[in-house]
Amino acid sequence: MPWNLDSDRPIFIQIIEKIQMDIISGLYHPGDKLPSVRDLAQRASVNPNTMQKALSELERTGLVYSQRTSGRFITEDTAMIDNLKSELAKELITQFLDSMEKLGIEKEEAISLISKISKGDSHDTDRM
Amino acid sequence: MILIECKELTKNYGTHTALSNINLQIESGHIIGLLGPNGSGKTTMIKLIAGLLSPSSGTININGQPVGPESKSQISYLPDHSYLNGSMRVRDIMDFFDDFYEDFDRMRAYDMLAKLQINPNQKLKTLSKGTQEKVQLILVMSRRAELYILDEPIAGVDPAARDYILDTILSNYDETASILISTHLIADIENILDEVIFIQNGTIYTHTEVDDLRQTQNKSIDTIFREVFKC
Repeated sequence: MPWNLDSDRPIFIQIIEKIQMDIISGLYHPGDKLPSVRDLAQRASVNPNTMQKALSELERTGLVYSQRTSGRFITEDTAMIDNLKSELAKELITQFLDSMEKLGIEKEEAISLISKISKGDSHDTDRM
Repeated sequence: MILIECKELTKNYGTHTALSNINLQIESGHIIGLLGPNGSGKTTMIKLIAGLLSPSSGTININGQPVGPESKSQISYLPDHSYLNGSMRVRDIMDFFDDFYEDFDRMRAYDMLAKLQINPNQKLKTLSKGTQEKVQLILVMSRRAELYILDEPIAGVDPAARDYILDTILSNYDETASILISTHLIADIENILDEVIFIQNGTIYTHTEVDDLRQTQNKSIDTIFREVFKC
């Protein structure tokens, strides 16, 4: 199945995000070898040049490194992966708080709503 | 490496100017979309590159050489109309291509026929329009060419086969080869493109990398096309 890519954002950025996600979620482990550019391009149904660009960018950030003859590998620096994970979490939470603000819900209220809902207590929210 | 180079290319049909003063460079190893409204000059451009028309003025070089027999052997061209004899069986057409083109890969062609469940013993004209188009695309993509020129390759085929065909294009082209695709079905193909050429009234409106365009406009190529060429 092709990856789920939108046409209105640069494809190489979406590929970077997808591979970052696969690393964070543990689909790829630290030190794992990545499939070849061609292989990945085919899985994603994108042009190999676009895949190459995404991988070069991942290499530049250090999340992926290449060994001249044997291919590309996921970094073994677990601190870097944890870092990326908290960066992404921060981003998602900021986005969420922005959306809440648009609904007219203040930060404190949003936080208490989160704890209520995550406890499975959806009663209060229904009445809202 | 520059694969196609057009310099001050102009093509007139009588008093009508189809292409006017085109300057263009296309590198090898890229997939390029040639996009423009009806009558903008796409097919003229393609026919000039394929050597089926001669320029009124200006030059086109393929791999540094003028268009001629040598360039034709390097270009695999899918025209917008079929030129095959409908009373031939699919397998005979395969033989025909095998005889005619040194770079034709028979195994690859039969493999694709099997995947698309096309019976090689059927006569071409007994196949549906979409299936005939698939056969033609298989023939063109089974050559190991340096440049593939596809004029409306997926217009007549169903969406599921389109996906297969795009995968076929991606998996079968050599990384040093380039593919020039002209189509109106932009949304279907835009994710496999590197570059896009917008052509308008016989001139190049823009020639750029697709991801750059998406990044600066925050829109898909399909949306940008609809805005640029709004009627």
